[in-house]
Amino acid sequence: MAWSLLFSQVLNGVQLGMLLFLLSAGLTLVFGIMNFINLSHGSFYMLGAYFAAATLAHSGSFLLAGLVGVGGVMLLAFVLERLALRRLYPKGHLNQVLATLGLLMFFNEAVRMVWGAQPVFTSQPAWLNGSVPLFGMAYPSYRLMIIAAGILLAAGIYLLIHKTRVGMLVRASSTHPDTVAALGVNARLLNTLLFSVGAGLAALAGWLVGPIVSVQSGMGDDVLILALVVIVIGGIGSIRGAFYAALLVGLVDTMGRAYMPQITRQFFERSVADAAGPALASMLIYLFMAAILAVRPGGLFPTKR
Amino acid sequence: MFPESISWRSPRPWLASAIVLLLLLVPLLSQWAGSSFYLTFATRIVVFAIAVSGLNLVLGYGGLISMGHALFVGLGAYVVGIGATHGLVNGWAQLVIALALSAVVALVTGLVSLRTRGIGFIMITLAFNQMFYFLAVSLKQYGGDDGLPLEQRSSFAPLPSLDGKVALYYLCLAVLFAVMLLIWRLVHSRFGYVLRGFQANERRMLAAGFPRVRYQLSAYVLSALICTVAGVLQANLTTFSSPSYLSWQASGEQILIVVLGGMGTVMGPVVGALVLLILEELLSGITQHWMAILGPAILLVALVSQRGIWGALRHREGRP
Repeated sequence: MAWSLLFSQVLNGVQLGMLLFLLSAGLTLVFGIMNFINLSHGSFYMLGAYFAAATLAHSGSFLLAGLVGVGGVMLLAFVLERLALRRLYPKGHLNQVLATLGLLMFFNEAVRMVWGAQPVFTSQPAWLNGSVPLFGMAYPSYRLMIIAAGILLAAGIYLLIHKTRVGMLVRASSTHPDTVAALGVNARLLNTLLFSVGAGLAALAGWLVGPIVSVQSGMGDDVLILALVVIVIGGIGSIRGAFYAALLVGLVDTMGRAYMPQITRQFFERSVADAAGPALASMLIYLFMAAILAVRPGGLFPTKR
Repeated sequence: MFPESISWRSPRPWLASAIVLLLLLVPLLSQWAGSSFYLTFATRIVVFAIAVSGLNLVLGYGGLISMGHALFVGLGAYVVGIGATHGLVNGWAQLVIALALSAVVALVTGLVSLRTRGIGFIMITLAFNQMFYFLAVSLKQYGGDDGLPLEQRSSFAPLPSLDGKVALYYLCLAVLFAVMLLIWRLVHSRFGYVLRGFQANERRMLAAGFPRVRYQLSAYVLSALICTVAGVLQANLTTFSSPSYLSWQASGEQILIVVLGGMGTVMGPVVGALVLLILEELLSGITQHWMAILGPAILLVALVSQRGIWGALRHREGRP
C-alpha cells in the first residue's frame, strides 16, 4: 500500500514536472536570448486554459480547444511582442519587471471581466476518463497522457533546437547574438517567433491542466514563480537545465506535499501539522533554490557566455 | 546619479514643501471634510512611503533590485500580531523584537543574496520572500491563510494611544520624516557615496579597495529595518496581519512605487506612494475592474519612464 502510494506520488511529481517544463522552456529561452524577464508568462498559461475552456464549452471538442488555446495565445504573444515588449529588451531588468507586472495585472483583470470571478470548470475528454492499472494501483489515464505529452514535447523541442537550422540559429543567438545578426539572419523576427512559440507552450500547459485544476484569474501567478525557480535552478537559457530542474522541482514539491504532513505530525499536533505540512513543503523548493544559487550562482547547467 | 542639492530656482523644493505641508494638515482637512476615511487613507499612504523609502535605499541608491522587501514589512506586522495574541502590547518591546528579528533575517538573506548578481539577485530575494510567505501561511495557530486580527493596538506609552486616528497618523508621519532625514544624511555621507559608487562603476570601486559586500549588506539590512518599522505601523493601522503583506505582488508594488516616484531621490517614494495609491483609489471608485486600467498604465510608465516623476522634475531644470 505504502509503495503504491509512493509510486503514484512519483508519477504526480513527474506530471507536475512536465507542466513546469512546458512553462519554463519558453521562459528560459526568452530570458537567455533576449535577456528579457517576463513576469506575464504565467498569463499566457492562464489565457491558454481560458481560451481552451471556452472553446470546449462551445464546440465540445477537446482537440479543437487545444488548437484555439495555443493558436490564440501564440497570435496574442506575437502582436504583443511586436507592439510593446521588444522595446523592453534593451532596457534594464527593472523596467521589464514593471512592464510585465502591469501586463499580468491587466490579463488577470481582463479574464475576470470576460469570464467572471468564479472559477471555470472544464472536463477531460471521455476517452481519457478511465484509469490504467499500474503496479497494483489505478492511475488516471488523463494524468498519464500529460506525462506522455510532456515527454514527447520535450523530445520535440530537443530535436528542434539541436537538429534543425532554426534551432541552430536559436542556439547561436543565445551565445553570440551580434554575430548571428551580422550574418544576415533576421534576428528580430527570430526573437518574435521564439517569444510566440514560448507563449504557445505555456498555453499548451494551460490547456492540459484545465480539466484537473480550477481555471481562474490569477492561476498563472504562482505557477510563474515556480517556473522562474525552475529556470534559475536549471541555468538561464538552458533547455536541458529547464527539463531536469522542472522534474526536480515537480518531484520535490509533490513529495513534500505528500509526506511533509506525516513528518510534521511527529512534532506538532495534528491540526497544526496538517496546515503546516504543505506550507513547509512549498518552502522546501525555495530553500532548495537558495541553496543551489548560493553554491552555484549560474544554476545547474550554466550556459556558456 | 549625483545627490540632490537644493536649488530654490527649481520647482522641486517648493513642491516638496507643499507636500510636507499638505501631509501635516491632513487631519485638519479630514475633519473639515467630515470623514475619517481621508485620514485613514493618508495614514496608509504614509506607511507605504516609509516602507518604500527603505527599499529605495537598496534599489535607488544601491542599484540592487530586491523583489523581497515585502518580507520585512510582513515580519514587522506579524511580530505585532503574534505579540498581542500572547499579551505583549508594549509597542517599544514589539519594536525591539521586530527589529532584532529583522536584522538577523536580513543579515542572513543578504549575505546569501549578495553572492549573486543581476537576475540572480532578483530571483533569490524573491525566493526568500516566498519562503516567509509560506511560513506565514503555515502559522495555523496565528490565522494561517486568513491572517491574524490584532486584538489590541500597540501601546507606545508615554505617547498617546494609537486608537486615536490622529495620534496614529502623526506617529506615522513623524517616522516618515525621520526616515527621510536619515536617508538624506546617509546618502550625503561617505557611506552613501560609496554605495552609489558601486552602482555606477563597481570595478573602479573594487580597484579603489572598497569591500562591496560590506557596504551593500549594510544598506540591505538598514533598508530591511525601515521596512520592518513600516510593518509594525501597518499592523496597527489595519489591526490585521495578513500573509498578503508579504506576497510577491506586494514586493512588486513597492518596486513600482519607487520607479514611479523616482529612484534614488528622497522625495521619490513619497510622491510615488501618493500618486499610485490615489490613482488606485480613484480608479476603483470608477470601476471595479480598475486593475485593467492600471496595468496598461504601468506598462506605459515602464516603456517611457527614465527617472520617474520626481526625477523628471529635476530634468526640466536643466544643468545648473
